[in-house]
Amino acid sequence: MGMTSSQRLQIALSHREPDRVPYVLSANMHPARQMGLTIKEYFSRPRNVVEGQLKLHRMFGNDILCCYPFAALEILAWGGEALYCDNGPPNAGAPIIRRAEEISLLDPPEVAGNQPLQGVLQSTGRLKAAVGNDIPIAGVIISPTSLPIMQMGFGPYLDLIHERPDLLERLLLINTQYCVAWANAQLKAGAASILYSDPAFSPAIMSRDFILQYGLPTAVNVISRINGAVMIHMASGTGVPVVNEIFRAGFVGMSASAEEDLGALKSLCRGKLTLVGDLNALAMGSWRSEDIESEVKRAIALAGPGGGFVLSDNHGEIPLMVNEDILLAVADAVRRWGQYPLNWINAEDV
Amino acid sequence: MTELNKRAKQFMDALLHIDADRCSMLLDNLSSQGGDLRLVEDVVIPALEQIGVSWEGGDISLSQVYMAGRICERVVGRLLLENTCSIYGRPRVGIGVIEDYHALGKRMVISALRSSGYDLLDYGHGLKADDLVERALKDQLDILLISCLMLTSAVCVKDVVAGLRRAGSRVVVVVGGAPFRLAPMLWKEVGAHCMGSNSGEAVRIVRTLMEDRIWE
Repeated sequence: MGMTSSQRLQIALSHREPDRVPYVLSANMHPARQMGLTIKEYFSRPRNVVEGQLKLHRMFGNDILCCYPFAALEILAWGGEALYCDNGPPNAGAPIIRRAEEISLLDPPEVAGNQPLQGVLQSTGRLKAAVGNDIPIAGVIISPTSLPIMQMGFGPYLDLIHERPDLLERLLLINTQYCVAWANAQLKAGAASILYSDPAFSPAIMSRDFILQYGLPTAVNVISRINGAVMIHMASGTGVPVVNEIFRAGFVGMSASAEEDLGALKSLCRGKLTLVGDLNALAMGSWRSEDIESEVKRAIALAGPGGGFVLSDNHGEIPLMVNEDILLAVADAVRRWGQYPLNWINAEDV
Repeated sequence: MTELNKRAKQFMDALLHIDADRCSMLLDNLSSQGGDLRLVEDVVIPALEQIGVSWEGGDISLSQVYMAGRICERVVGRLLLENTCSIYGRPRVGIGVIEDYHALGKRMVISALRSSGYDLLDYGHGLKADDLVERALKDQLDILLISCLMLTSAVCVKDVVAGLRRAGSRVVVVVGGAPFRLAPMLWKEVGAHCMGSNSGEAVRIVRTLMEDRIWE
């Protein structure tokens, strides 16, 4: 009897080697295409999302499931709109904060009674009922420091940081209150852990000064109030220079970007933080079978030994343009080359 | 990229410390010695290019590049206006974002180009490919810059290129943004003429195209 996905992940997160490298292919939009639905139709009904996640598990063998639809959900929750397209995730519509002064009067939305959020909670609850404790479900929040990118637009947010620190601090407090409530609601509905999506924690995006002054204290505050394990995802953002800050904040794991050295990242994280990544989701669409094999082997060889690694893409979302055949081949390669112990690594020059 | 001269280094340092006053003082001081356009070419453009390179190398953050561009645009804009220094007559440049509402990259490129003495038309974001083609043709652009964050947007560049070609336009299409960095062959696949990795490089590309007098 093999391990369940939950058992496999639990061991990997404890920095030990399970039966094989756990993996997740975040092809969360692909089921819509398979079911003949538009992105909007697919995500508008919890039962579609549940069916889609089960499809993904059956097709690719994902070790983690997730009912979170897309980042623009957050703007829907705050009363804004999402702009849908046929072949990708929706964008956030017009900012909900048009002038910085509006932050003084801003209140966070209540999770209870908020239709977009309740839809995700319903999906999570139904999926949990279907998979029980065998496959973990990840909940997702956008961090208080990254949420303003959608709430205000990135440029005005950067202007706010430098021009109105008083309003910035108020906005972060409001967002923290919202994020904690939203994370705990997902855990209560059946999520096993929370993915803290925070591109603003990456030094590729924000200055180190900002990360130390706002990103780190905010993360510490949020994590201390969430009733479960929390992992940070920087959506392709690099993380080597902030590994210590990520560990100090209390995260159990972090994303690995395709734009940095996975081996260097692993040596900094070994025994401290589980890595999730780092296949290049944008390049993946043009991979041939030999590329798939070599990319999977490269990632496993660099980050797999000793556990503490979940193979995934680097962004947390695989574009619809990457076809299912490629994803099936990636899954197949992980199952072949990811069996512990990874004795082949020493025998081959990867 | 040649090594920065002392003045460009000082200017870049002030930009990265988000010290607009020091930036203004440095430029005012140099401006009083004459040659504002030269000042832009010798100090501002090299500093912006180096900032772009530093971001690509992981040494500075996107937020610093953005703030540097904003400060630059303000202090250089004031200088050029005060001295009624003319910008370059050609090339005619336009910029837009298609099928996407992420506008930060476009904003950064606009700042870098305006700070470097180039005027350009901002077509906004969330455009359809056909709209951008129509506007580029109407304005008889020499160079069309397209900034992308989403893959769906990057792929739509091929519709813009095809639309321009159908109309017989020779406009040079330059793309930039994360999808093109992460998938290095994508800019060729969508039919763009070249790709800029950062806002500083956008300036270098436009300058090279200008020196080549591509409109002739």
